[in-house]
Amino acid sequence: MSTLADRTLSEQIRDVIETEPVVLFMKGTPQMVMCGNSDRALRALWESGAPITAVDILPDPRIRQELSALSGWPTIPQVFVKGELVGGADICQELAASGELRERLDEALGVDRQQTLKTVALALT
Amino acid sequence: MASETIRALLEQAFPAASEVDVVDRTGGGDHFHVTVVSSEFAGLSLIDQHRRVNAALAGPLADGTIHELRITTKGAA
Repeated sequence: MSTLADRTLSEQIRDVIETEPVVLFMKGTPQMVMCGNSDRALRALWESGAPITAVDILPDPRIRQELSALSGWPTIPQVFVKGELVGGADICQELAASGELRERLDEALGVDRQQTLKTVALALT
Repeated sequence: MASETIRALLEQAFPAASEVDVVDRTGGGDHFHVTVVSSEFAGLSLIDQHRRVNAALAGPLADGTIHELRITTKGAA
């Protein structure tokens, strides 16, 4: 069985996107947000009842490079629901304000979902 | 100066736009809020609209001219 550390950064990022219901790639952590845009996305998700898995991209510039290569999205934050890119801070905020974000989460994850907040650290070699 | 470059790139990418606005949010020339209103966005999802804007600004995003980018798009004319 392979551990996280055996996998390339790109594979780890893909794994997190594919296995976690809602992933927020952000600058900093939910406990210590290092960027106003990451904060906007975090709040939009939380207010919409999302269970959030946060990944801090700041520990290594390669995280952002590999992520943008996978997603085709140039900026941080990036939000994925069930493996699909929803967008960045502006889109999350807009969709949260209109109620569409909650609707999408209801559809993707069910209305009875538990709201959790966790952080995943990628293994850097 | 960067604002003018960004505006030109957006006007080139969205020739049908009824509004192209570029705001230098901090005055530092690297945090921008762009607004594009264009009939070209009609029928596109919000993420696809933003993807089009990101693509138009791929150069300055990649070379660090744009450090932070906020996007507002509207499909209406």
